[in-house]
Amino acid sequence: MDKKPFEGVKLVQLCWAGVGVYTCNYLSHYGATTIRVETASRPDPVRQFAPYAPTNKPGEPVGLERSAFYSITHTAPEMDISLNFKKPEAIEIFKKLVAWADVVAEGFPAGVMDKLGLDYEGLKKVNPQIIMFRTCGYGHTGPMADQPGFGSILTAVTMMDNIVGWPDRPPVPPSTYYTDQLSPMYASLAIMAALDYRRRTGKGQYIDHAQIEAGLNYMTPLILDYQVNHREMALKGNKSDHAAPHGIYRCKGNDRWAAIAVETDGEWQSFVKAIGSPKWAQDKKYATAAGRLKNSDKLDKLVAEWTVNYPPEAVEEMLQQAGVGAGVVASAKDIDEDPQMNYYNFYREFEHPYMGKLRYYHPAAIKLSAVETAMKRPVLIGEHNEYICTSILGMPREEYGNLWQKGIFE
Amino acid sequence: MLSCYRILDLTTEKAFMCGRALSDFGAEVIKIEKPGGDPSRFKGLFPNDIPDPEKNLTWYAFNANKKGITLDITTEQGQEIFKNLVKTADAVIESYAPGYMDSLGLGYKDLSTINPQIVLTSISGFGQEGPYRDYKDPDIVVRALSGMVYTAGYDDRPPLTVSYEHSHSLGAMNGAAGTMIALTHRVHTNKGQHVDCSAQQALDVVCSAEMEGPYAFFGQVATRHGNARAAVTLKDGNTFYNVLLWPCKDGYIALNLLLNPSAAKNNLSMMEFIKKDGIDIGFLEGWEWDKKSWEDMTLAQAQKLMETLGKFFMNRTKSELLKLAIENRFQLGPCNNAADILDYPQLKARKFWKEIEHPELGKSLKYPGGAVMTTYGYVGIKHRAPRIGEHNGEIYKELGLSSDEQKALKKQNVI
Repeated sequence: MDKKPFEGVKLVQLCWAGVGVYTCNYLSHYGATTIRVETASRPDPVRQFAPYAPTNKPGEPVGLERSAFYSITHTAPEMDISLNFKKPEAIEIFKKLVAWADVVAEGFPAGVMDKLGLDYEGLKKVNPQIIMFRTCGYGHTGPMADQPGFGSILTAVTMMDNIVGWPDRPPVPPSTYYTDQLSPMYASLAIMAALDYRRRTGKGQYIDHAQIEAGLNYMTPLILDYQVNHREMALKGNKSDHAAPHGIYRCKGNDRWAAIAVETDGEWQSFVKAIGSPKWAQDKKYATAAGRLKNSDKLDKLVAEWTVNYPPEAVEEMLQQAGVGAGVVASAKDIDEDPQMNYYNFYREFEHPYMGKLRYYHPAAIKLSAVETAMKRPVLIGEHNEYICTSILGMPREEYGNLWQKGIFE
Repeated sequence: MLSCYRILDLTTEKAFMCGRALSDFGAEVIKIEKPGGDPSRFKGLFPNDIPDPEKNLTWYAFNANKKGITLDITTEQGQEIFKNLVKTADAVIESYAPGYMDSLGLGYKDLSTINPQIVLTSISGFGQEGPYRDYKDPDIVVRALSGMVYTAGYDDRPPLTVSYEHSHSLGAMNGAAGTMIALTHRVHTNKGQHVDCSAQQALDVVCSAEMEGPYAFFGQVATRHGNARAAVTLKDGNTFYNVLLWPCKDGYIALNLLLNPSAAKNNLSMMEFIKKDGIDIGFLEGWEWDKKSWEDMTLAQAQKLMETLGKFFMNRTKSELLKLAIENRFQLGPCNNAADILDYPQLKARKFWKEIEHPELGKSLKYPGGAVMTTYGYVGIKHRAPRIGEHNGEIYKELGLSSDEQKALKKQNVI
């Protein structure tokens, strides 16, 4: 009765950085038994992303287990085996894991697994029903297949670096690695659909996930508009084509701001009342959306003259109570204290052997009524070498010791 | 792959993408809109900016692959028909204000009484519970409260939201994943459940590492730095913001400038190209790329490096730089617009774009292909979005409504 959604599903993941990890999290958060293959000489690069938890002694190297970045991406229960693929014995152990697994997920640039004989054909020989999920920046075929895919670049490639900015200045990035967080939902859906299909048909399959292709699925309206109307989207600052006032307004305090969007004429009337019905707001030219849009520059100034008297929390509360969309432009401190996020217990705290107590382990952004999200601090490199070999693969303890001495694990 | 599932789609424009994604994987998704057409059909992008509910480009984009029926679920008769449909369905997805479905008598409890196996996925700005449950959730407000806005923009101007509104689609896509998780859970439990997805949480995950990491350890609050994002500490203790977007001859490019030994080969090779262009690289001539990183560079040196790269990029176009990047594994990419992406060589080679017929426009349009390529079951767009009530006949006949009954319902404005 208490079974989790992916209970019984066995997932082997060789994923790096964002996309593959976020993708697998959707399964690992909900019951999949997950084994990560990762070595100290080729670690997930995110393990070397600042900020790091301070070390205990001055001069002590930071190592691979102190990145807050890594702990924010790895929030689901995983086990880790540190197989050194340069040794044939390690490949043999990996193949045993493939035989054990339902899904193998990997995030190397195209070619890396193939050279090891671990492409889909290779895996199928070991386990005909395997589902192999591969993700990379540009997809596993075509002239750019072997190019590394950094989210910071893929964001530009997928048009997303052209959607934030002022009309009179160069665009700014919406985030640093935007496609890293936009493409995993499609990718996880693909694995879940493949598992569902296999349950009904017995057939495994190969999934080729190109981060730019998933990312572009968010951008379809702009691509259609170009074909139909021969125009590119223009940067609008914080303005909207259909609503005014619509913007980010200065509030009381140091670099404090509130977002406000008045979307209907009814909301405008509520807005006017909420700000104390000043004389300027009675002007008929502001009564309709068309009038407000036409006079939006002037309107933005007048709204800011009101917001600047209050902290953004007060603006949010006064306007939302009046039924008008408004919210704090939240900084790191504000999101930490956000009542809604804390109501959902979205910032979990766990003890970590190197980092101590750390907050901000996130569950998935999904709340299910019948099952809790399973969570854990990030796995250490090679943390479960012995358990995986002896308990999962049934290797005699002595053999494990011999392999360890041969440097199969690193 | 998912053709065995029927999904009833009651979403507003904020979450059209949820059903679209499920239909890309083969699910039968029935978009239910009110008689006369969904309100979203009347705003947004149209050919020549002439509003026409049958020619809305956003509707095209995110309702493709779906079937479409009209039904007024606020009327008693409409609710009865909807409940009959629920008996035939696996999941219902919706993005009304939290509580609205309950007020119609169509909340999770009501639906699970009719069909205990039904999954109800509710997508909203802030979630179905909690102090913000009843907040108005326009794109800019949800994005601001998630943390995404504060770190975007220039430090001498207000922070920036997106000019292309799509923030709710992150909640919608988590809704698609959540629906599939619940359908998988049903295999064990034989029961449906209620899935609650919030765009605020989905967006917070996007900025979490950048914002929450420094705050957790050092109480540092990340701020906005225009075209630069990541902060690095230099030899002289100065904090420097690594520039991400660069102007070039005909637009912008993104550069992932890594100054660590693993990127030494690429950086050295880029310096050779820069010199070939006759640009003086100054101190970088003897720089030990394989040993040094940001911590070995002074502020003056970092600025010289920026100046050098800036000159190089301004000499070249986006497509020239893309070619150089592919040939030499430079970690840069063009800031594509729609024209660029439709012409992007990698996507052409993968036959990514799919031509879809639009008889009402008298032409076909290219749509992005599927988010994944698979060996079983095509994933992606198959056909254009439904016209208003296009599948009424098919679906209502299946429910056993005679054409006379359908006519009567039409007269009463129920369908």
